Amino acid sequence: MSVSKAKKPMTLESLLPKIVLAPTTAVMLVCMYGFMIWTGALSFTKSRMLPQWDFVGFDQYAKLFANPRWDVALNNLVVFGVLFIAVSLLLGLFLAILLDQKIRLEGTLRTIYLYPMAVSFVVTGTAWKWILNPGLGLEKLVRDLGFENFEFRWLVEQDMAIYTIVIAAVWQSSGFVMAMFLAGLRGVDDSLIKAAEIDGASKMKAYWYVILPILRPVFFSAIVILSHIAIKSFDLVQALTGGGPGYASDLPANFMYTYAFNRAQMGVGASSAMIMLMGVLAIIVPYLYSELRGGKNGR
Amino acid sequence: MIKRTLAACVAAATLSTAAQAADVEVLHYWTSGGEAKSVAYLKEKLTEAGVGWKDFAVAGGGGENAMTVLKSRAVSGNPPTAAQIKGPSIQEWGELGFLSDIDSVAKANNWDALLPGVVSDVMKHDGKYVAAPVNVHRVNWLWANPELFQKAGATIPTTWDDFLVQAKKIQDAGYIALAHGGQAWQDATVFEAVVLGVGGPEYYQKAFVELDSDALNSATTEEVFRVFGEIRGLVDENSPGRDWNVATSMVINGEAAMQIMGDWAKGEFTVAGKTPGVDYACVAAPGTSGSFTFNVDSFAFFAQSDADAQKAQQEMAKQILGQDFQKVFNLNKGSIPARLGMARDEFDSCAHASMDAFVSSSQTGGLVPSFAHGMAVPEAVSGAIYDTATNFFNSDQSAADGKAQLIASIQAAM
Amino acid sequence: MVANRSFNLGRLFIYGCLFAFALFYLAPLYVMLTTSFKDIEEIRSGNLLALPQDPTLYAWIKAWSSACTGSECQGLAPFFMNSVKVVVPAVILSTVIGALNGYVLSKWRFRGSDLMFGMLLFGCFIPFQVILLPMARLLAELGLANTVTGLVLVHVIYGVAFTTLFFRNFYVSVPTELVKAAQLDGASFFQIFRHIFLPVSLPIFTVTIIWQFTQIWNDFLFGVVYSGPGTQPITVALNNLVNTSMGGKEYNVDMAAAVIAALPTLLVYIFAGKYFVRGLTAGAVKG
Repeated sequence: MSVSKAKKPMTLESLLPKIVLAPTTAVMLVCMYGFMIWTGALSFTKSRMLPQWDFVGFDQYAKLFANPRWDVALNNLVVFGVLFIAVSLLLGLFLAILLDQKIRLEGTLRTIYLYPMAVSFVVTGTAWKWILNPGLGLEKLVRDLGFENFEFRWLVEQDMAIYTIVIAAVWQSSGFVMAMFLAGLRGVDDSLIKAAEIDGASKMKAYWYVILPILRPVFFSAIVILSHIAIKSFDLVQALTGGGPGYASDLPANFMYTYAFNRAQMGVGASSAMIMLMGVLAIIVPYLYSELRGGKNGR
Repeated sequence: MIKRTLAACVAAATLSTAAQAADVEVLHYWTSGGEAKSVAYLKEKLTEAGVGWKDFAVAGGGGENAMTVLKSRAVSGNPPTAAQIKGPSIQEWGELGFLSDIDSVAKANNWDALLPGVVSDVMKHDGKYVAAPVNVHRVNWLWANPELFQKAGATIPTTWDDFLVQAKKIQDAGYIALAHGGQAWQDATVFEAVVLGVGGPEYYQKAFVELDSDALNSATTEEVFRVFGEIRGLVDENSPGRDWNVATSMVINGEAAMQIMGDWAKGEFTVAGKTPGVDYACVAAPGTSGSFTFNVDSFAFFAQSDADAQKAQQEMAKQILGQDFQKVFNLNKGSIPARLGMARDEFDSCAHASMDAFVSSSQTGGLVPSFAHGMAVPEAVSGAIYDTATNFFNSDQSAADGKAQLIASIQAAM
Repeated sequence: MVANRSFNLGRLFIYGCLFAFALFYLAPLYVMLTTSFKDIEEIRSGNLLALPQDPTLYAWIKAWSSACTGSECQGLAPFFMNSVKVVVPAVILSTVIGALNGYVLSKWRFRGSDLMFGMLLFGCFIPFQVILLPMARLLAELGLANTVTGLVLVHVIYGVAFTTLFFRNFYVSVPTELVKAAQLDGASFFQIFRHIFLPVSLPIFTVTIIWQFTQIWNDFLFGVVYSGPGTQPITVALNNLVNTSMGGKEYNVDMAAAVIAALPTLLVYIFAGKYFVRGLTAGAVKG
């Protein structure tokens, strides 16, 4: 329990925690929540190229939801978000468990899995574009090896392009998830596994029933960070597909940026941002709430 | 002796700082090859005239990132001296009161006589010059590889119907008919050529510049989408996301027979050591030989409170319209000078054709602004056209649905 | 005997998987590196995955010192220092502030401090594109528009949420009894931080600094919007260099430039990666 609850007279010393936190709180209220409110207000105006304060009610929201491109972007976010988070978690966990089996070269392998996080997608976008391009990359390569009918052309197919974004995103973030899980596994007492094994459980079962529950907080952190990345994914699309073919691989962040800054439809852009925030609110906040509460009680 | 030299030095130094009183800060998105060199040349000219140059280059997506920067700077009350903006956007910035009046320079240098009417109209807000044009691009070009046409027994098409026939022949001979990069702006560039070729300049002007709903609702629009839909099958499957210059190199290498692209494509042929009229043909896009879709790059000037900054700004405006800069810039970029009456002997045959078409089309009404390059309609509307065209081209939407979608999205953007 | 064989098969499976995924992770870097050493002719005609036949440093030299990034053609070199000038103060400030915040939020909780932490976590989700314009306005009010200080400030503001999260989760695992005991001995707020928390904080400082360094070094959006002429960070220069709109795209130079721009963060991960995982182990991952 918190130390400061001890009864003490009001002194400068006792106010220090609040003083330390005050600047961050103030800045957060202005630069996060203030700007959110500003954007919310903007979404009710008819702002075009720059902010203007003529209010038009929900017109911009009506325009937004009548826009077929926004539909595509929203659907893509669901597909992308779910797949990206799920695959990154599974792959990260899988690699972490494998690496935890007293592997030679562990350091090297870990660095290899981790480095994509260090590199911005502005940098790796071109390389990925080449690899995924059927005329240049993987498809051509395998065909050159003699498999004439090999097909891998998601990048240029309207229905599949979003999955290439998932691949690249998983590539970039799963190493970090791996590191988090590996750290979590290292924190688990070895004797727990041994004990489970002595009880006659297979290694698989030991992990499933003993270790994974312990890693619950890691799942929490990883999900928060991954969903944060998913919502904000922007560079990926920009660099890999440019939203194409057509606008089939657009994500809400790209939609918002385009409409607010390049289409002189700032009102529509602002309303799309508000919808995104509300989506986050609906999904993340209950999760944060339950996890933070649960964590507190457990401690 | 030493004292005197020192004094001279100090005098020289103070003189030059007096002349260097102000800088121009220029926001632009020309960062590569010929364009970067051209900007560097303007910088040199200004330095000679005693004006310093602060470069603020932001490339990417045809100026998308640069516009984001410009908007942030405008909101913070700290806009650059000049920014690369074009078309109706100039009017929008003027409307918001951000631009500065450079009419005195224009009057002194007689811009009204130097510039064609369609160009000077774009540069003015409320009847006063607020921007200076650097070039005129013609967008409706068809670039062809004559050797491939010969091999396939095809002829270079002059109408869209003929285009579809000839393209089939080329495909049957085992080549790609149309080199194309599937990015929204390139889809829109081809779409624009189809609109102009199928509908003619009058329809183009009514439907895609004035956004007249009768014209948009006419049967011509559906015919445009029908032809545009036919083209889907004439490009190779790997086109989505391809850069335009990669598509051009497919024509150069003999993988593909044609490309529809603005005159900047010429630079790629030149770099590859090809001669116009021999190794490659530059002709008007099908059905548009009497017409000219223009795309004018320009610098708009932002209001400055400081008198010295204003002076520097005016010097920049003057230099942009100077013969030297117009020549060097356009030789580098493949376009033609924005000002009339320049010596044309250093330009090549494609540029000559462009200059002739520019003059002749301005008399016949065939001179129209390019909507695919932000010259015809406000950003919101051209964005709506982009979305419709690129989505149509990459799906199997019917012509009727394409038309309905176009009308709906233009209305939503107004 | 049977057990031994299955053991070997198991090991084989583990190593097989690990190496297969290593290939997946390495592929883009491999493509970038090999391309950067090829000449343009070989890139056009050759195989994407082939090793360069005739390795050349041309692209690297050009990317570093003579490629055009605007009207200047001096390569990435001048922009490297611009990035350093932003990254160093921004990382230090956001880390220090995060450490103090985390200390308070874990051990000096008061009414509303948990709410504040929750709000900070949610606040992270605000898409950065949204804040561009109001932030520009705010910086102008402060007189910091398009200055290095302004850019540093923006990075600190939006980095603190993460650094606070890291430190808070780490410090939660420090036994509260220690703090109470120290308090009874008359130690002050800062003394406790200095003598009890700082000495155990090395792992979490490592994690936070690596994280912040990577984020800020790789940032493009803030860098392009809030920098001024002459202070643009390296990512903006890279973007200008790579985004060729006309005339002979030099993929080898693009790739070399990309690797150069990524080099500092790559080196940090290669040499400090070990501490990164250790730091995470030491508690950063606890919810």
